[in-house]
Amino acid sequence: MKKYVLKRVLMSVVTLMVIVLVLFTLMQLLPGSPFNDERLSIEQQQVLMTKYGLNDPIPVQFFRYVKNMLTGDFGKSYTISKDTDVSLLLQNRLPISLLLGGISIALGSVVGLFLGIAAALKHNSLLDSAATFLSVVGVSIPSYVFALGLSYYFGFQLGWFPMLYSVSDGLLAFALPAVALSMTVMATVARFTRTEMIEVLSSDYIQLVESKGVSGGHLIFKHALRNASISIITILGPLVVSLMTGSLVVEKIFSIPGIGQLMVQAIQSNDYNVILALAFVYSALYIFVMLGVDIMYGVLDPRIRLAKEDSNG
Amino acid sequence: MDKTLDHPINPIDDFTFIGADNISQIDEVYEEDSFWKQLVKRVMKNKGSIFGFISITLIIFMALIGPMISGYEFDEQVAGHESMAPRIPILENFGIFDGTETLKTSTGELEVNKYEVIEGGEEVYHWFGTDVLGRDLFTRTWEGTRISLYIALVAVVVDVLIGMTYGMVSGYYGGRIDNIMQRSVEVLNGIPNLVVVTLLIIILKPGLMSITLAIAITGWIGMSRVARASMLKLKESEYVLAARTMGAKDLTIMYKEILPNIFSQLLIMSMFSIPNAIFTEAFLAFVGIGIPVPMASLGSLISENFKSLTTHFYMIVPPVVVLALLMLSFNLLADGLRDALDPTMKEV
Repeated sequence: MKKYVLKRVLMSVVTLMVIVLVLFTLMQLLPGSPFNDERLSIEQQQVLMTKYGLNDPIPVQFFRYVKNMLTGDFGKSYTISKDTDVSLLLQNRLPISLLLGGISIALGSVVGLFLGIAAALKHNSLLDSAATFLSVVGVSIPSYVFALGLSYYFGFQLGWFPMLYSVSDGLLAFALPAVALSMTVMATVARFTRTEMIEVLSSDYIQLVESKGVSGGHLIFKHALRNASISIITILGPLVVSLMTGSLVVEKIFSIPGIGQLMVQAIQSNDYNVILALAFVYSALYIFVMLGVDIMYGVLDPRIRLAKEDSNG
Repeated sequence: MDKTLDHPINPIDDFTFIGADNISQIDEVYEEDSFWKQLVKRVMKNKGSIFGFISITLIIFMALIGPMISGYEFDEQVAGHESMAPRIPILENFGIFDGTETLKTSTGELEVNKYEVIEGGEEVYHWFGTDVLGRDLFTRTWEGTRISLYIALVAVVVDVLIGMTYGMVSGYYGGRIDNIMQRSVEVLNGIPNLVVVTLLIIILKPGLMSITLAIAITGWIGMSRVARASMLKLKESEYVLAARTMGAKDLTIMYKEILPNIFSQLLIMSMFSIPNAIFTEAFLAFVGIGIPVPMASLGSLISENFKSLTTHFYMIVPPVVVLALLMLSFNLLADGLRDALDPTMKEV
């Protein structure tokens, strides 16, 4: 187990380093130097370059860059808000996006789990077909289509929920965006839960438990779902990815001041430092989640752990 | 005792001949169907995939002829025709799609029909309406669908050229080659697509070429995994050994012996990657780094018309519906293919 965890951690660190290297290379390739001001003479530019270490050898600059990235020093924003530290921009926005993502994933997985279980229990019934249809629709239709629909109908036509984000609305402001984002999560979880539960429910050990007289909620939640949930965890990784991309669009539609909206702004106004910083944040978040999922998977299912140790030597 | 002697049991009486008419066992011999015939037969049993197939065919058909039959060019801005609601011949007589739209103003609701206002408006038909610049949305929607279909094609080509080859080579050679190739995929897979795609697009100029490249870099990983797993399963089998004994080269074994046997899994997988690619393009367009104007893609149409969501709702409907329908259809068809070819294959 120790070896397995160590291997996964190592792999994650390598991936993160590759990303930092790519970002650093991009920094070098992107046009312009920070001291393009025409009023500066060449000597003055040289003084400034030396002061900020831009004349140092590339490897030295790279390690300084790695250190800066890891300590959260992402440089300054060029265009979005001039000369503000990017980390300051992130500080205000990251919690909002995390909250939105958290609500969506919680909402989506709870509803999805129940839908999936219900569909598996009433296999081949009308309920099953309805749940299957719903999950195919949810998987196929991008979350921003839901966002647009919800925003138009419930936000504009009926006026039940705020169409645009404002702090004064509190959690109510998250209602529509969270529902829109959670559709994909719900559909994927429901689909996966259904397949897993059908498989588990027809297995020998569930029949044994049933013949011993266990039934109802105890059987479903304690015996069946526990075993099914092990493989359900694996879809968490892809889901986080879809939430990230989804959040960019949904935050734009509802004008939520999160990191997704910042990314869109940065891309549109070519604010390189912000883009690179966000690329780092997104990658780090994703790698962290994937690492967590893999370790959790190994802890929960000894078969996986042993098999992986075997195959990886 | 006597009785038995008088009436001896004749064993023949216990049995009767059934006669030729009653022979019930007839061997039915079926003609063997080809792979494709069987596939079509089985897919046709699934209602969802029939729906998917029909609507994909319709969408392709409309994408081909749509921009030609409307009478407008996709980048033609007709002066005076700005923001007109949909108007369709015949249907207009039933009170729908007759070009009227309800505007919400501060003083209440207002019904407007711009076709009655403009000069010669009686003869003008915009089936899906026009956008704020006076461009015909019917033409633009189908023009945009072409881009999405092109992206679907790119996804399949990338899957086959890169994903399939990478996975098969990695699985076939095994050992150190496999190890290096798999670790590299793990690193690449550890970077979120979102990051890869946006970084790529800030280096290159936004456009069809950079979107194609973005999909080429990220789209093949799922396929390579499936190809590698199937290859690992099959490369130890007897027929491969037999082929090798006969002196077949590695390439022959991979492409002539093993590929036909893992073809169905690869087909399913490439179908599943299509909706993902279409989504990526639409997403990029919506974020603002997609196809440059005046070209149109479904995503960029949604992004443009989103600005008039509350004033002219009809503008955003056609691209959203076509995009959703296209993705749903590809998913349904892929589901049907999986059920027909390999029901044990799980979602990847």
